[in-house]
Amino acid sequence: MTSSIRRGRGMAAVVGTAAVALVLSACSSDSGDSDSGSGDGGDTAASGEIDCSVYEEFGDLSGTEVNVYTSIVEPESDQQKESYVPFEECTGVTVNYEGSREFEAQLLVRLQAGNAPDVAYMPQPGLLSTIVHDFSDQVVPAGDATVSMVDEYFTESWKGFGTVDGTFYAAPLGSNGKSFVWYSPSAFSDAGYEVPTTWDELMQLSETIASDTGAPPWCAGVESGDATGWPGTDFIEDVVVRHVGVEGYEAWYTHEAAFNAPEYVESWDIAGEILKNPEMVNGGLGDVTSVATTSWTDAGYPILDGNCYLHRAANFYQTQWPEGTTVAEDGDVWAFYMPAMNEDTKPMLVGGEFVLAFDDRPEVQAFQTYLASADWANNKAKATPGGGWVSANSGLDPANLGTDFDRLVWETLSSDEYTAVFDGSDLMPGAVGAGTFWTGVVDWLTGATSQEVTDSIEAGWPN
Amino acid sequence: MTSTPTPTGAAAPELTKRQQRRNEKLAERAADAKTKLSSPWASGVAILIAILWTVPSFGLLVTSFRPQQDISNSGWWTIFSDFQLTTANYEEALSRGLGDGFLNSFVLTIPAALIPISIALLAAYAFAWVDFPGRNFLFVAVFALQVVPLQVALVPLQQIYLAVGIQGSFWSVWLSHSIFALPLAIFLLHNFMKDIPPALVEAARVDGAGHVKIFFQVLLPLLVPAIASFAIFQFLWVWNDLLVGLTFASPENRPLTVAIAELAGTRGGAWYLLSAGAFISMIVPVIVFLSLQRYFVRGLLAGSVKG
Amino acid sequence: MDLINPDTPGGKILLMVLAIILFVVVMGAILLAVDRPKRVPGWVIGLAFAGPAVLMIAGGLIYPAILTIIKSFQNRTSTEFVGMDNYITAFTESQFQIVLRNTVLWVILVPLVATVFGLVYAVLVDRTKFEKAAKGLVFLPMAISMVGASIIWKFVYEYKPVQGNIQQTGLLNQFIVWLGGEPQHFLVNEPWNTFFLIVVMIWIQAGFAMTVLSASIKAIPDDIIEAAKLDGLKGWGMFRYIQVPSVRPALVVVITTVMLATLKAFDIVRTMTGGQFNTSIVANEFYTQSFRQNDQGLGSALAVILFLVVIPVIIYNIRQMKKSEEVR
Repeated sequence: MTSSIRRGRGMAAVVGTAAVALVLSACSSDSGDSDSGSGDGGDTAASGEIDCSVYEEFGDLSGTEVNVYTSIVEPESDQQKESYVPFEECTGVTVNYEGSREFEAQLLVRLQAGNAPDVAYMPQPGLLSTIVHDFSDQVVPAGDATVSMVDEYFTESWKGFGTVDGTFYAAPLGSNGKSFVWYSPSAFSDAGYEVPTTWDELMQLSETIASDTGAPPWCAGVESGDATGWPGTDFIEDVVVRHVGVEGYEAWYTHEAAFNAPEYVESWDIAGEILKNPEMVNGGLGDVTSVATTSWTDAGYPILDGNCYLHRAANFYQTQWPEGTTVAEDGDVWAFYMPAMNEDTKPMLVGGEFVLAFDDRPEVQAFQTYLASADWANNKAKATPGGGWVSANSGLDPANLGTDFDRLVWETLSSDEYTAVFDGSDLMPGAVGAGTFWTGVVDWLTGATSQEVTDSIEAGWPN
Repeated sequence: MTSTPTPTGAAAPELTKRQQRRNEKLAERAADAKTKLSSPWASGVAILIAILWTVPSFGLLVTSFRPQQDISNSGWWTIFSDFQLTTANYEEALSRGLGDGFLNSFVLTIPAALIPISIALLAAYAFAWVDFPGRNFLFVAVFALQVVPLQVALVPLQQIYLAVGIQGSFWSVWLSHSIFALPLAIFLLHNFMKDIPPALVEAARVDGAGHVKIFFQVLLPLLVPAIASFAIFQFLWVWNDLLVGLTFASPENRPLTVAIAELAGTRGGAWYLLSAGAFISMIVPVIVFLSLQRYFVRGLLAGSVKG
Repeated sequence: MDLINPDTPGGKILLMVLAIILFVVVMGAILLAVDRPKRVPGWVIGLAFAGPAVLMIAGGLIYPAILTIIKSFQNRTSTEFVGMDNYITAFTESQFQIVLRNTVLWVILVPLVATVFGLVYAVLVDRTKFEKAAKGLVFLPMAISMVGASIIWKFVYEYKPVQGNIQQTGLLNQFIVWLGGEPQHFLVNEPWNTFFLIVVMIWIQAGFAMTVLSASIKAIPDDIIEAAKLDGLKGWGMFRYIQVPSVRPALVVVITTVMLATLKAFDIVRTMTGGQFNTSIVANEFYTQSFRQNDQGLGSALAVILFLVVIPVIIYNIRQMKKSEEVR
């Protein structure tokens, strides 16, 4: 992974306005660590000053409240709450945070009952468009201030993910890079393996390891409670975009092309050369079937005890490693870019949450605007010293990020060398992207052929 | 739950006499006890069932004291050869504010057990002993409504609570649990009521007792075991409920079950904490069962009326 | 103090006590009102005693049930009527046919097996020295939440390969390996996986059956037992000719209750397989369609099918009740 040309504009020096005096000592949730390596961006103390003048246009907000509903729970929710403190101090708004692991189902229960929160973080654009279509009387498009923030700090494609039928609703919050393969640098150097840079090298490496060790080199797992299957769809998407190219990939998730067109079926088969090949999986975890039953959170662990060498997982797998694991380029674990199949493009599968509002009160709009700002991105980075969080916000100063790996992900997301393509299942209609595609992957891993699975997903595509 | 239909007998004997006879019987039974399990087959089957039912939970208990790495790398039974225990899972689980959840669970559960039982008792009395038009139809309808799964009521109830302004408070949870418990409670308590010899009620009526007096002085004492049994079950069901707490309680009021389900973390990676969480939430139901177990004995009318 | 949403521990407890007192006062007022005046007509008393229950049931169960039935004939967002489309989907698509088949298996097996185990165990430990402890052990699963239960059974069914230094973490596979067999994917291989999930529900419900049946065994009048003993009945004969017939009404109640609980429960399927590998049941599918896919039409149709499945059970129970009325 080469480093990229930094596009990020240095953070504009913050101008503290006289309107609201920031009382830094009043900041109750000081993250406690010394302000490490603040870049040359001119930001100050750990509590993070923000430019309050931006929020003055919303009028006097003191004493108002904003209710946020999300799927982010402890311990990550603590970092979220901490990143709102500067905004709360500057505007006088109180942010009431509610996180639930049952967010997706409970949000629909609330919307059906007409009990919407002020703001919800949509984990997928697919759910965003379902909600915009089904509850059009409850959702509120983003305000002008938010739109100008997004125009300033995000690329067109990221803005597009938050847009439904031409109307912009939701700005990106956090962002993830998914096209990574985790490995153990120490095991690689002991055995003399090189990090592959092309698909062919990757497959050769897999075969070399398999013959050296006599065991499958890849480990994988797609079990994830009632969302079982999603890690498998990510793998398939990575192969589809590499095999048919970005345009073909877009035709695939927009359903301009049939889900079971020959080139897509081929893509499943290519993925199957790893995922359904008993020579290749499932290192330390069993046979091919065990890919379907292994919890995705534990699926990479065999790398730590040498039972597995390669594990394709998103950047957020960083936080899944057990305590005491060193994530470093020469440490216990690290990840390389999942190689492309042709020279022209290097696709990077991305994902993220999007901030959708259900109310247009000024304090809600102000909060939405803040979350799209560079101020928030930097505050969130500082509130997450342990790492595991990245944003595609170009105003983010990578020096504020928690770990080297986060910086690597940020470079990948913001570099021109890679083409960002969004997680396809997240963009498909919910009935497919969070339904038949998930189950299809499971059926495929437990015996169904690529043709059978793609045929049935195509047949079940909603009209 | 119900005893054999008893032919009408004499009116209830005095309490002391009944007590005496019961004690005699108990002594006789204790003497019988030794002879009862003489068959080795019977003891074998009983022990086998007990083991089958206990081993899985025992495994969880052991697991909850094992380090995270060990949990995913080896079976819990290996502690007998490689003894390594830690309280880390409990410390981590308890550091996440389960105390609030504990309190909320109590505050939610006690009224949610008392309210439906009281209302069901009154209704069961009416269906069993008060003559009013449409009685049978209503009773059958109430019984049949057990088929309505609570999942279909989540949205409509939330709409009602929103309109009244109690969504997210304790009141909405109490009400929901009470509503969902009523059909079964009325049905079971009605069965008990029906088994009380009509002669007892008739005798009281002849003495000029009103409905309230009959209800409290004649029926209630006989129903104590039945009420206690149902109360225990309702307590357990409410205590262990996740869906109602999730839907109707606000974050400040969330019960222990919801707090524990959240322990697994945003992406479910910390599921091993659930093992400790499950035991923390089990303590109360087990204490309730053990301390109230004696109410399950000797069913309904033990010793009061003999055919 | 805020009477709707207290935020201090003391406030919460106080609210609970207040709520209970309020409830008692209102109930007492209703009772006294109908008891005091002489010559109150029956319907007033019926209304006073059964009114609160009927009112709550009407708002919380009948109204949602009617809404559900209406929605089942509408499209996914309930904006227009689509006739029988949702039902046609539910009965013709192969995935839903499997769901219906699984539901029937659950509804038949769980009540029967749980009741048999509960009854046999109750009889076996009846009047033994260690009766209380023995009953406590089988009752324990009732005290465990569904989340706990699914974790427990994960460690029974978990699969690990036989490879190098890898150890089994699932108890069943460990036994199979000790006996020299190949570890199995218990939750993947159809159709057995559904049975393995059913086992979990049986494990939970047997405690309920045992507790209720044990109480009714103890209610069998002593003289009947004595007479049977004089006739030379022992063990099996006593069980077959005295104990089972005596607790028959209780058996019907237990089977019905467990059956209805089974029909509505979806936590086990949801947490253990997520309904994958063709293990889904109607209750789980209803939840998925209504609250994950936002397809309220299909979700409601599945719920109505759930009502219909139980109707025979309900009718049987009502006839039983009628019979016992006649005995009196």
